Amino acid sequence: MNESLIQYIFGIADNALILGQRLGELCGHGPTLETDIAGTNIALDLLGQTRSYYQYVAQLQGGVATEDTVAFLRLERDYKNVLLVEQPNTDFAYVMARQFLFDQFHLLLLEKLQFSQDETLAAIAKKSIKEVSYHVRFSSDWVRRLGDGTDESHERIQEAICHLWQFTEELFEMTQADSEMVVQGIGVDVSQLKKAYHQNVSEVLSEATLKTPVLEFFQKGGKTGRHSEHMGYILTDLQYMQRTFPNMTW
Amino acid sequence: MKNWPLWEVFIRSKNGLEHRHCGSLHASDATMALENARDVYTRRMEGVSIWVVESKYITASNPELNGEMFEPAKDKAYRHPTFYELPDELKHM
Amino acid sequence: MSEKEIKSLEEIFEKRIANDEKIEPKDWMPEKYRQTHIRQISQHAHSEIVGMLPEANWITRAPSLRRKVALLAKIQDEGGHGLYLYSAAETLGISRDEMYEQLHSGAAKYSSIFNYPAITWADMGAVGWLVDGAAIINQVALMGTSYGPYSRAMIRICKEESFHQRQGYEILLTLCNGTPEQKAMAQDALNRWWWPSLMMFGPKDAESPNTEQSVKWKLKRKTNDELRQQFIDQTVPQANILGLTIPDPALKWNEARKHYDFGEIDWNEFWQVVKGHGPCNKQRLDARRTAWEKGTWVRDAAMAYAEKQEMKLEKAV
Repeated sequence: MNESLIQYIFGIADNALILGQRLGELCGHGPTLETDIAGTNIALDLLGQTRSYYQYVAQLQGGVATEDTVAFLRLERDYKNVLLVEQPNTDFAYVMARQFLFDQFHLLLLEKLQFSQDETLAAIAKKSIKEVSYHVRFSSDWVRRLGDGTDESHERIQEAICHLWQFTEELFEMTQADSEMVVQGIGVDVSQLKKAYHQNVSEVLSEATLKTPVLEFFQKGGKTGRHSEHMGYILTDLQYMQRTFPNMTW
Repeated sequence: MKNWPLWEVFIRSKNGLEHRHCGSLHASDATMALENARDVYTRRMEGVSIWVVESKYITASNPELNGEMFEPAKDKAYRHPTFYELPDELKHM
Repeated sequence: MSEKEIKSLEEIFEKRIANDEKIEPKDWMPEKYRQTHIRQISQHAHSEIVGMLPEANWITRAPSLRRKVALLAKIQDEGGHGLYLYSAAETLGISRDEMYEQLHSGAAKYSSIFNYPAITWADMGAVGWLVDGAAIINQVALMGTSYGPYSRAMIRICKEESFHQRQGYEILLTLCNGTPEQKAMAQDALNRWWWPSLMMFGPKDAESPNTEQSVKWKLKRKTNDELRQQFIDQTVPQANILGLTIPDPALKWNEARKHYDFGEIDWNEFWQVVKGHGPCNKQRLDARRTAWEKGTWVRDAAMAYAEKQEMKLEKAV
């Protein structure tokens, strides 16, 4: 069993799971029916990607492992998603800012991952690129609308971007698993994506009449399993059934 | 506050077929109308191409004028091939 | 228009419907037809979007990834169905915002079933099996309704809904083939959802004054009691396959009628919930109002942006 590979996949897949979970909370509560349906589509894309990754992990783990044991039965420290995706749905500005800041990274990552030496990961990435390209378009459009909309929306989205900015540096942090997988030609060197990310993000922000924040101190930890206070609550919901009724089929 | 206008959505289900009206939705601009149409009306692979047009730009005929609009075509049977009586043995026509 | 002229228009109109012709948005229609349709279609739309809430309550807690995506997709469909129906109602000259206003003020009703709580995972099964099952019976009948846009929306909805009930039944089937705890969870859900599901078909025919007019306009193809009976007859064997007991001691096959006899529905409860005294009426309406109010600045921003973009375009020309 290749533990580094599994850890590496968690570093990608857990982002999709947790962001999908966050978007799932919003279903039925969107600002319009159309926006609600669109948000759910993104959640479904992300959860679909999650399943593909976890099925692969389960296969690598062997034995009784399934996509669900992988998704539901880990301890908080064993989830390797970035802090950004676990941030709450404070308001629509935060939801779109979080989505935008993640999507921009996600697409760059997948564009590299599609050339992974690991065929399964390459295939998942290739399929996901189409979905995530749409996510980028969708969230960028909304950042423009909110940024260049009303005074209130401008203020709200700027605040959300400024607040969430502190979680962006972690996206480019190399974990031990990342480094090992890069050496094997399986993983992506995310530290190399930073420049393109900042360029793409700043471009949209400036079109949206928004300022790109400048920060010297960033929050990190999710990638090594040290999460925010929010994570426990996310997992409480996520794992509720599996923990309350262990070893059953649903 | 102004409400998001109504748009009509037309979808081509596959190449070779025409776009067909499939419903409407609300959106603040054309880009959003297209995106919303994609998310609302093509969730089950219903389309390969989408048109959206703001509903107010559609001019519709008035059904009260249906008599003068459409009935005059009724007695013009000579526009149809069956109007012409030709022998059965005639082929390829 | 004189009264006589209206009368003759009405006669032509009724004749068209009797001949199975569809009525389209710009056609002349009696004011009562328009109002009745606005009321029924918007209620139907409200039911779809309020109906998202009890199930949405379980998205984050779904017990497997497969169940989670299926549930999300199903709830999303309900949003889509609400949208189709609002669009159909809008062709009658009412805006979606006006309809929301009616929902939020309590002036418009929605299906009372959604005022019941979804408290266990088995409820996702019971809602899909019973609530969607009952809804489908109503909706299939409405595919042939006289108003074109409503009929088309129903056709689209019925096509998409076919997976909803199967999704619910499969959840229960899995529970019933599972541990004793799971089976008990399924039985408990059936116990709680059975009677409210029967109430979904509305009051008894004797107490349902609108029926005759609605039948004429094909807003109703069968009466409340007929649909309820059809639902019971088709659901009892499905419960048997699950090995669950329907919570009605009076339920019994009547060989002479070729239908199941069943016990008396608690009509007091029905009317109380309709009047707003169900377990979740306030919670559901609050959730809808909150979503709408919290969305105001977002909708305004999108409009402001669109206007600015248009001005830029005009300047450029």
